[in-house]
Amino acid sequence: MENILDLTASELGEAIRRKETTAVEATEAALENIRENEKNYNCYVTVDEEGALESARRVQKEIESGKLTSPLAGVPVAIKDNMCTEGLLTTCSSKILSNFVPTYTSEAVLNLEKAGAVILGKTNMDEFAMGSTTETSFYGPTKNPRNPEHVPGGSSGGSAAAVAAKECFYALGSDTGGSIRQPASYCGVVGMKPTYGRVSRYGLIAYGSSLDQIGPLCRSVTDCAMILEAICSHDPKDSTSVERKDNRFTDALEKDLSGMKIGIPRDYFGEGLSDEVASPIREALEVLKTAGAKVEEFDLSLVEYAIPTYYTIAAAEASSNLERFDGIKYGYRTESYDGLHNMYKKSRSEGFGPEVKRRIMLGSFVLSSGYYDAYYLKALRVKALIKKAFDEAFSKYDLIIGPAAPTTAPKLGESLSDPIAMYLSDIYTISVNLAGLPGMTVPCGKDRNGLPVGMQLIGDSFRENSLLKAAYAYETALGGSFERAFFKKEGR
Amino acid sequence: MANIISDETIEYVGILAKLELSGEEKEKAKADMGSMLDYIDKLSELDTEGIEPMSHVFPVRNVWREDVVTNGDDRENILKNAPEEKNGMFEVPKTFD
Repeated sequence: MENILDLTASELGEAIRRKETTAVEATEAALENIRENEKNYNCYVTVDEEGALESARRVQKEIESGKLTSPLAGVPVAIKDNMCTEGLLTTCSSKILSNFVPTYTSEAVLNLEKAGAVILGKTNMDEFAMGSTTETSFYGPTKNPRNPEHVPGGSSGGSAAAVAAKECFYALGSDTGGSIRQPASYCGVVGMKPTYGRVSRYGLIAYGSSLDQIGPLCRSVTDCAMILEAICSHDPKDSTSVERKDNRFTDALEKDLSGMKIGIPRDYFGEGLSDEVASPIREALEVLKTAGAKVEEFDLSLVEYAIPTYYTIAAAEASSNLERFDGIKYGYRTESYDGLHNMYKKSRSEGFGPEVKRRIMLGSFVLSSGYYDAYYLKALRVKALIKKAFDEAFSKYDLIIGPAAPTTAPKLGESLSDPIAMYLSDIYTISVNLAGLPGMTVPCGKDRNGLPVGMQLIGDSFRENSLLKAAYAYETALGGSFERAFFKKEGR
Repeated sequence: MANIISDETIEYVGILAKLELSGEEKEKAKADMGSMLDYIDKLSELDTEGIEPMSHVFPVRNVWREDVVTNGDDRENILKNAPEEKNGMFEVPKTFD
């Protein structure tokens, strides 16, 4: 067998079932790679060596006894550090949760555990998922494994980097405004944000509750479909979780795109988009045409209004969601204080980083009396217009394709000084969250510095299968592996 | 910058947000919030007369369940996360005299 770390999650699952390797061997290999590479990349906040090996041994026994039959049984996974894991430190990459050990596990992670996943640890992220580079983490930035002078994107930067660096076989991330799709693009991996409501948010530490959704980061389209099948569920503990029967995502893996209509928004290829991103995407569209798809340009409209709408709504929800961090029930409490309110204020001011404070204050402002109508309600009205623009597009097309981000990964240290410029890197991903739609990123090339370029596929609500089908046809046409097609190093 | 954030406003937002800012942080916050609001003001270009504010993208209904306790008593583990605890309870600073 080739190097075990080069296997995709589904290939590893199959190799374990065929007894060519074991969950324990795979876990040991991943842990060894983590020990070797973490000093360079910092993908993880917490690595749970002991817990991972213990669960690998247990899972391996259950596979051998026939109790576990899931295609991903025994495959080691990394979890973004904003999903609660019972008994395992969960920090949200914040100082304020630096000592928080949850007493329960988030539903999506529980679903993976039921499918036999081995949890390696918790990945680094922008603090409370607020950021686009993983540089706002209290635990230091993660570096892009394709080029460590560059950021991995964010906020699920640790998860995307861990997949690219082979420090895990797949990972879970969360996406509020592009936090799975943008880092997947920067790191050259596959990432999907499912339709809002597909995956339970129970145990996901909330940022913007009406926008947050958990999804996979992985190396192949088949992996993506299998992980979705494992994590999607109707959960009475999340009142926005949706009951669906169409959960057979692996059925979508077909190569023939005859009859598929793909819309290309002209507004996504205009000013601000780097040529080095645009040309690989145009080449990929030619591949999809060859596979049978009909590709046509159209005007989506309202693109430039998505970011101001998003920041109003997300900041408003964040200011409310983050009220719970008060230094009483869990997390950091300041050393010295004078009375209850001073304790609240000092704990929060010392515990939160600058980007989180910025968004909490903006959110408090737009919800305050006198401004609520002008800012918050206005944003919710524009959100309705954005949803309508997508509805019109999907009356004509099965799929929309565009870039995931305007550029490839910026250098470390260049993004945080100008918040609005950083927010602009989310321009192509953010409206998908506002409209609750599924979105997916697959690698489609590199720029002249060898940094990955991603292509974003956007579908109508609950049409994940259309995304998976087009992505699978593209991957197949490339020879079956994004890694081999774009990133394989000489001599390996 | 079109939006000038006054000292009073930033003070008020600090109270709402339960954040205590240093003098330097306050000046930075005033500038940041001003430029964010300038950016958000772009939304006023759009006519939204007659458009209902959209909270949920799907037609959701209230979800009801019977009021039955299903989780067990996990007091000991929950209190392990508390910064201060006393007699099996969260300990808070004195709130009134």
